[in-house]
Amino acid sequence: MELTNGAATTYAQAVSDALREEMERDSSVILMGEDVGDRAHSHQAITSGLQARFGAERVIDMPVTQSALVGAAVGAAICGLRPVVDLPDADFLSGAFNPIVQVAAKMHWRTAGKLRVPLVIRCSSGMGAHDGPWHSQNPEGWFAHVPGLKIVAPATPYDAKGLLKAAIRDDNPVLFLEHHYLYRRLREPLPKEEYVIPLGRAEVRRFGEQVTIITYGAMVYHALEAAETLETEGISAEVLDLRTLAPLDHAAIAESLAHTHRALIVHEDTLTAGLGAEIAAQIAEHCFTDLRTPVMRLAAPDVPYPAATELEAAYLPDAARIAEKVRRVLCAG
Amino acid sequence: MIDLARDDLLGIYYLMGLTRAVEDATREMYHQGQIQGTVYTARGLEATTVGAASALQPGDVLAPQHRDLGALLARGITPREIMAQWLRRVDAPSQGRDGQLHIADMATRWVLPSTGLPGLALPVAAGAALAMKTRGERHVVLAFVGDGGTNTGDFHETMNLAATLDLPLICIIENNGYAARTPTSSQFRIKHLADRAAAYGIPGHVVDGNDALAVYEITQQAAEIARTGRGPSLIEAKTYRMQGHSAADSANYMPPSALDEWRQRDPIELYARRLENLGLLDDALILEYGTRIAQAVQDALAFARNSPAPDPATLTDRLFAPDPVPPTTEDEIITAPRRAVEREGIWN
Ligand SMILES: Cc1ncc(C[n+]2csc(CCOP(=O)(O)OP(=O)(O)O)c2C)c(N)n1
Ligand SMILES: [Mg+2]
Repeated sequence: MELTNGAATTYAQAVSDALREEMERDSSVILMGEDVGDRAHSHQAITSGLQARFGAERVIDMPVTQSALVGAAVGAAICGLRPVVDLPDADFLSGAFNPIVQVAAKMHWRTAGKLRVPLVIRCSSGMGAHDGPWHSQNPEGWFAHVPGLKIVAPATPYDAKGLLKAAIRDDNPVLFLEHHYLYRRLREPLPKEEYVIPLGRAEVRRFGEQVTIITYGAMVYHALEAAETLETEGISAEVLDLRTLAPLDHAAIAESLAHTHRALIVHEDTLTAGLGAEIAAQIAEHCFTDLRTPVMRLAAPDVPYPAATELEAAYLPDAARIAEKVRRVLCAG
Repeated sequence: MIDLARDDLLGIYYLMGLTRAVEDATREMYHQGQIQGTVYTARGLEATTVGAASALQPGDVLAPQHRDLGALLARGITPREIMAQWLRRVDAPSQGRDGQLHIADMATRWVLPSTGLPGLALPVAAGAALAMKTRGERHVVLAFVGDGGTNTGDFHETMNLAATLDLPLICIIENNGYAARTPTSSQFRIKHLADRAAAYGIPGHVVDGNDALAVYEITQQAAEIARTGRGPSLIEAKTYRMQGHSAADSANYMPPSALDEWRQRDPIELYARRLENLGLLDDALILEYGTRIAQAVQDALAFARNSPAPDPATLTDRLFAPDPVPPTTEDEIITAPRRAVEREGIWN
């Protein structure tokens, strides 16, 4: 596979490239949101230049709303467009809860398959804004419980591009959770040719023998760092990047646990009834005989997201805490 | 003057009568314990629902709310489908997954399904209008909302969004006096809900919701504005829900004097008189329509009762639309440059 001529692509640029390529490929793809047009510096500049290229009819600046914006995108999707909604922060998904949960997610099922909602809602989630309770949340727990939604959380530029293309081509509503912290901190050379990564498949980021760290988003890098530290202590940890949070890749989880026999689930989202709880329950039900120690979770404590750096550092899992928790998993048997 | 031919005018009469007859039969079945859940009917609203929806053309989209049977029938949804939906049978549009008047057909009759939350159909309707505008089609969307529904954020957000984007949307407010058991006097302070249009910079109209032709005409005018790219309109149809909120509601909070007053203005009676004055309707024809309507209801009932219950084995089917086939192969995906991500100093 040929790579782009040396120039490595940032995560933000990868998202931007996916949008541009999909809009070029399919005239039914439209963008809707606050400040998606070329005026000023739009959110992470991801949609910059797209309005000039595709016109204001396809890159549509919207008034500040959440419910009507997403609701309108649902209506447009039912009518044959493929809207990509830009909600600057995942925190704001709460304002669009009704159209997402009550309308989009149920539409195909409740019309017995008559209508489809090919909709993508892009937003930046997670740490990185250093802005406290309304600009850093991880909303996957709110939505992973909802039947009929797909949730994607890429950790690399390569995945951000390939998964966004798949999300846009998917005929179902997809929450696409970009990671705020990773937008400009990651670069990788991307293939020149088109590629699409199917939704619903996890990826092993590091192979290991004794424990699987199951995670996604920016926590993948903390997990990798922890695995490097643990290696120096003779502990071999596998890192599984879920990539798609709904539907979960149960097969990949089971496959990994079949040889590591131990699991630690790590996420930025808060602990109680978070995605980790579901994964732990699935492992208990389906992989019990593979397990040598109890499944453990490392997540943010059950409080809102803090602003001060010191509080944020205490809030989020990091490599040291992951390594420490892995040591506990290993001796819990 | 109204641009309707004799057959169209009589068609409206038939649809209003059919609406009432289907509703009466539905309530009767409800009271006999044959229908589970909640049944919303709309005696008194037939002129508003049928009149407005009759102004639509093929390709225009209807976005009704929970008690807009008349609009559904005017759009070509059949009494058979309605009865099967109430009975949650497999031949119902939602095949038993939904038991309300939330009917979907975007293929040939252009009906967007409502949702069980007042006001929430509006943004979706605006999105359908956005699709029309984006594609440069000369179609419109006709959405209904109740007086209660106008108090939601979705109403405000949608009207403002539709106005800002000049969307081809017509919003009919069915001011029927109540939101469930709460009278309009406890819901808002303004006299006319249509006055809210001023806040969005769009035309607002008040119309007699019991006059089918008046509703038709104003909807037609708003549709023409929308069709020619001049944006949305808000129409308040003043009418009255001549029954309780649902079939289970005794309506004991509704003043008998008001009910009497509105009964004098029964939209079907008013319309029949109008057609008689135009020389289009007489006793013989009224009888003939009555027979046709009764037959349609009997046919619908028989159809729905004969339709099987949904198969429990299908419960989890069609939660998701099928996956599109990814154009790249598994091999290409796996040979991607995994380790090349530059993450040196990522935590700095
Ligand atoms: C969010 C929500 N709140 C309350 C209800 C219960 N409810 C169903 S219909 C209705 C009244 C709506 O009144 P209006 O918008 O005037 O419509 P109408 O029923 O009069 O046609 C209410 C309160 C609901 N379904 N959803
Ligand atoms: Mg009402």
